[in-house]
Amino acid sequence: MDLRTEQKINADLLRPLRHTSMSFYSLVAILGTIILVGFGSWMYQMWNGLAVAGIRWPIFWAFYITNFVFWIGISHAGTLISAILRLVNATWRRPVTRCAEVITVFALMIGALFPIIHLGRPWLFFYLIPYPSERQIWPNLRSPLAWDFFAISTYLTGSTLFLFLPTIPDFALLRDQMTGWRRRIYGVLALGWQGTTKQWHRLEAAMQIMAIAIVPVAVSVHTIVSFDFSMSPVPMWHSTVFGPYFVAGAIFSGIAALIVAMAILRKVLHLEEYLHPVHFQNLGKLLLLMSLLWGYFTFVERLTTWYGNAPAEMAVFWATQTGSYAPLFWTMVFCNFVIPFPILAIKKLRTITGCVIASSTIIAGMWLERFLIVVPSLATKHLPYTWSHYRPQPVEIMITIATFAAMVLLYTLFSKVVPIISIWELKVGGDAPTHLTSEEEEEKRALWRVRP
Amino acid sequence: MKALYALYSDPDAAQHAVEELRRQGVSDQLITVITSQPYEEYEFSHRYKQTWIFWIAAAGGVVGLLIGLTLAYMTATLWPIVTGGMPIVAWWPNIIIMFELTMLGAIIATVVSLLVTTELPATRSRVYDPEVSQGKIMVAVEEPSDVDVPRLERTLRATGIQEVKRVV
Repeated sequence: MDLRTEQKINADLLRPLRHTSMSFYSLVAILGTIILVGFGSWMYQMWNGLAVAGIRWPIFWAFYITNFVFWIGISHAGTLISAILRLVNATWRRPVTRCAEVITVFALMIGALFPIIHLGRPWLFFYLIPYPSERQIWPNLRSPLAWDFFAISTYLTGSTLFLFLPTIPDFALLRDQMTGWRRRIYGVLALGWQGTTKQWHRLEAAMQIMAIAIVPVAVSVHTIVSFDFSMSPVPMWHSTVFGPYFVAGAIFSGIAALIVAMAILRKVLHLEEYLHPVHFQNLGKLLLLMSLLWGYFTFVERLTTWYGNAPAEMAVFWATQTGSYAPLFWTMVFCNFVIPFPILAIKKLRTITGCVIASSTIIAGMWLERFLIVVPSLATKHLPYTWSHYRPQPVEIMITIATFAAMVLLYTLFSKVVPIISIWELKVGGDAPTHLTSEEEEEKRALWRVRP
Repeated sequence: MKALYALYSDPDAAQHAVEELRRQGVSDQLITVITSQPYEEYEFSHRYKQTWIFWIAAAGGVVGLLIGLTLAYMTATLWPIVTGGMPIVAWWPNIIIMFELTMLGAIIATVVSLLVTTELPATRSRVYDPEVSQGKIMVAVEEPSDVDVPRLERTLRATGIQEVKRVV
């Protein structure tokens, strides 16, 4: 790669950090207001108790736990996809990885917040942490809730480091390019990075190990989230398929979130020269595979229940197929399979717009899927005299909307202070080995074309 | 710190400079190459391939496993209450805690060994030029003896660059 191209990449990817438009401030103000209203709703719930939410016997898990599972699922967008693409050395990954890794960190933070919001006394959340307290009471490590604590904190720590390490060289670049207080802050974050050959080699070795370690952790996290359900003898929860079903669903919703985020970044930050249709095409193919896998798991889960014909299971089954939850169930099937499948399977439709439409329906569909896992089983559990209905209350709806706003706000602010595409990794792609296949040559040409 | 360096626009020239310096008897330990990206296909970036980082990560994993095992065992025995008909020390669920802490141990060991071996955060001033971030490649000789400086300067100039800079 020549110096001109390298400097152009620097200029293009640092532009969003240097210039701030009025629309940025407007967006931050709107999102901030929504978050404040959400926070106020949470305060209201803390003051008045959980009765103001729609959760009451026998449905004690509803919107909040739905959101918990949903956001933990979305978090699989980043680190897992990025790690897998790193391990298989997919060259097209370079502009995608950081966009994805950021989703993981923020989605995990938001997801981990929901069990705390769900607590009647959230200020006592630290009871989950194993520490030698004066009460002489230790957490029960045989409980899936304690497993959640270990899995999520490991994944959050790993993902944050996985995001931070390859950002160090970019912080060094920012240190050199910025002035004033920004220069000082980026200088601290760069940790004195020079870019010696030893530093580069160690960084790449560390990233390789992190990628190897983070994949099983990511799989374990959503498996453990599924254990929150499948360890209980509740109809349609107590299933061995739940682990892989949750993992597949998480990767599915994660890729969809990544595609939507990339499309917005491409448009808003004018990254058309870096986020190419080929990236959306490739992620679209992955999404198609996950859509098929999700359809397979849903079919397997439903068929097994139907064939077993156990009365308690069938009550939940029919509630979702033809009962009061049927409109949500069939909307979910349409959103996750019927709509995205043709869009992603037909090459002509697998454009950026097509991928964004498919991804948007999938995000909605996967939220519904999480809701349909949590609520109908509790509403139609074993004894008919306990059956009930759940209606979400304004507090829950507002908190849910606020967390979506929080995700967008955190992502927006991050892309304002850190290059959302890893600059050094992008440059590495320009110096690919000389023995390339014709397809790789074409991809390289497409990636590194510089406008006159 | 004392150093002598030159900035190159392309990696071939930087590789040539490294070879010329070696030919002049400068040892690899004294030659520092600083780039804005890893040039894996050039020999100068292969000088530090040997690393213990994989073994350190594995050791970190073993330490994490032992901490997980101890934590799970001690927590259960310190608060011995039967739940769900499970034994006090229930190994199936303990495997989850042990697994998570094994991976956490490996991850933390990796990051710590990266920071230690690359001397990050930097605690002393080191040779650097901000032009590296614009794509230039720096080839430096650290701590050259005063008698060698003119000879090294001539060597670097002979590789086709206009200016050889000094850090005193």
